[in-house]
Amino acid sequence: MKTRNLLLPIATAGVLAMTLSACGGGGGGTTGGNDAASQGLDGRGPITYVQGKDNSNVVRPLIDKWNAAHPNEKVTFKEQTDQADQQHDDLVQHFQAKDPGYDVASVDVVWTAEFAAKGWLQPLKDKMALDTSAMIKPTVDAASYKGTLYAAPESSDGGILYYRKDLVPTPPKTWDEMMSMCSVAKSHNMGCYSGQFKKYEGLTVNASEAINSAGGAVLDENGKPNLLTAEAKAGMANLVKAYADGEIPKEAITFQEEESRQAFQDGKLLFLRNWPYVYNLATTEGSSKVKDVLGMTALPGKAGPGASSLGGHSAAVSVYSKNKATALDFLKFLTTEETQKFFATKGSLAPVLGSLYDDKELVAKLPYLPVLKTSIENAKPRPVTPFYPAVTKAIQENAYSAIKGEKTVDAALSDMQKSIESASAGQ
Amino acid sequence: MATEVGPTSVKAPASGGAPIHHAPKGVGEDNRIATQGRWAAWLLAPTIIALSVVIVYPIITAIVMSFQKDAGLDPATGLFTEGGPAGFSNYTNWIFQQCPAPGGGTVDCPPGTLGAQFWSATGTTFFFAAVTVALETVLGFWMAVIMARAFRGRSLVRAAVLVPWAIPTAVTAKLWLFIFAFEGIGNKLFNTAVLWTGSEWPARWAVIIADVWKTTPFMALLILAGLQMIPAEVYEAAKVDGASAWQRFRMITLPLVKPALMVAILFRTLDALRMFDLPYILTGGANNTTTLSILVINQIRQGFNAAAALSTITFFIIFIVAFIFVRFLGANVVEQTGAGKGKK
Repeated sequence: MKTRNLLLPIATAGVLAMTLSACGGGGGGTTGGNDAASQGLDGRGPITYVQGKDNSNVVRPLIDKWNAAHPNEKVTFKEQTDQADQQHDDLVQHFQAKDPGYDVASVDVVWTAEFAAKGWLQPLKDKMALDTSAMIKPTVDAASYKGTLYAAPESSDGGILYYRKDLVPTPPKTWDEMMSMCSVAKSHNMGCYSGQFKKYEGLTVNASEAINSAGGAVLDENGKPNLLTAEAKAGMANLVKAYADGEIPKEAITFQEEESRQAFQDGKLLFLRNWPYVYNLATTEGSSKVKDVLGMTALPGKAGPGASSLGGHSAAVSVYSKNKATALDFLKFLTTEETQKFFATKGSLAPVLGSLYDDKELVAKLPYLPVLKTSIENAKPRPVTPFYPAVTKAIQENAYSAIKGEKTVDAALSDMQKSIESASAGQ
Repeated sequence: MATEVGPTSVKAPASGGAPIHHAPKGVGEDNRIATQGRWAAWLLAPTIIALSVVIVYPIITAIVMSFQKDAGLDPATGLFTEGGPAGFSNYTNWIFQQCPAPGGGTVDCPPGTLGAQFWSATGTTFFFAAVTVALETVLGFWMAVIMARAFRGRSLVRAAVLVPWAIPTAVTAKLWLFIFAFEGIGNKLFNTAVLWTGSEWPARWAVIIADVWKTTPFMALLILAGLQMIPAEVYEAAKVDGASAWQRFRMITLPLVKPALMVAILFRTLDALRMFDLPYILTGGANNTTTLSILVINQIRQGFNAAAALSTITFFIIFIVAFIFVRFLGANVVEQTGAGKGKK
């Protein structure tokens, strides 16, 4: 009977402790690495390359090739999960622990500024300089922080406007043009336009695109929020009005990439903003109703092509690496034309080298490349800021309320502005 | 533990003398007890050390961290610098929703910051806990009563009922995500066009339905264990005395199963207050389905120290709830034990 008396409090304390200890794990210092940035620059030897799950098996063959040519500087592949959040947290943990075993890491474009500001990434200058002249400029901008390059652009990604060739003979060039074509959708009893408007990272992508395409910007060059402009308002208002008018179907606020692709493939949408991966599936899947009528063009802007948000990954060298000379060589290897071509053909990863988009052989294989080139050339990185996690939340929260009509565009933008200001005010 | 609770008060007269503690504690035994005590301490030591490493240390670290500022940006270098001591600013950030202002000082957290969501997240968490636990208790009780009967295929039913509980929550959440999609089975089946994850009440009900589906079996089994400890003779005696089925349920089943029931409810409540996976995957926390745990995880990506403060606050909130439960429950337990002791 006594045990019964004891068990309850113990069990209770146990459950409680789990809630707390689950959260206490992280922490520790944030700065550091500035000294480390000057060490190991000439180091050569075996290194490790860290990347998320290699779904299309492109990394291993590449590393085998490198290892055959560099028997004394072998690269080991450390594969993370396929979840971006988990990859981010894994990198943070290892960098915080100053792990010299994470020599080269594949970094999502939106993490670059955060990791650079923490002092974890080796600046690619002086001895470590990398030639980026052949790369498309926005991909280089996305890998830079405060004017310094911190990573080698490895793969890119941009939004594409898919449309129905059978219903729209000439694709729209501007947002207003696209909206004027919505009567076609109505007469066919389908939705006009959709992107990804669920409250998640995709909404940040879509809302930034709307703002950037109208000539606005979420952040100015100094990283300060810049949302109280007529352009930003016009961009946000485009989305809000289209949703209120029903041109964006009401279920679009539950859409991520896959749901919106499904709706388009089922013939329920006239226009779809999505990533290049849709092309393959929409033209090959048996259930697709748009197989033969799939058109692709650049995102619509104010007076011409819109500004896509940029996706993709860059390869960065850890400041704690002991073999930085080898690491730099490996970065160069990842960005050679041959490697980039291999990424594109085998992994459907958009190249960062402009020349490859005009490569006839590649275009024959991946017909979306010319459109994608326009998209990426006009792309704007998502806000480049070390406070990206807070900035993206501020955008999602307020853009979602605005689109649903719970807030005016002005209120949403002003709240966005204030939230970002507060986040970057530090504490 | 739960199984032990039920019958004691009933059987007390029968097993009354409690032959468990036979010998009275004599003076000569003091030595033996002392040696035993020392041995016990040694044998317990590894467990206690392990517990302090995995539980006490993180809790203390979390509390220490919660009084540190998160790293700020040095405008000159663009690099993060250590935040230094924060006093209670991490706590006021949540409780009074005071966020750092651009020029120094604080302002009311603007919508879009995590600080602004604290009280709504607290409300949501309690709302989910209250509704899901209530539904699960009622449904679980009903299932337990059915499973307690003897019928053909009973063990099959018991095993089948456990299936939802055995599926990992993340998988459950994905399954329900497909069901609640706009083009999903849910809308198809009932020929509706509800935006399940797109507006406030449907989103909340989606989470509640999925949670009830998943955890009712757990409730049912805990209650079933309690039910089975009630001796059949008690019911027979009541029948002989002419008690109706409702009377038997109210006067016998309920009071005798109550200790097991309370433990089950306590466990589920504490569990529900930490709810994370279901709303995180189903709605991403949109439309007022952000629970405290989701808020903690979101904050971890923005700054560990403020997250530590939030998890400490969450700890205390859950602690208070648990405390109320244990006091409430404990009254019963203490009373019974007290009675037992009196007899010894």
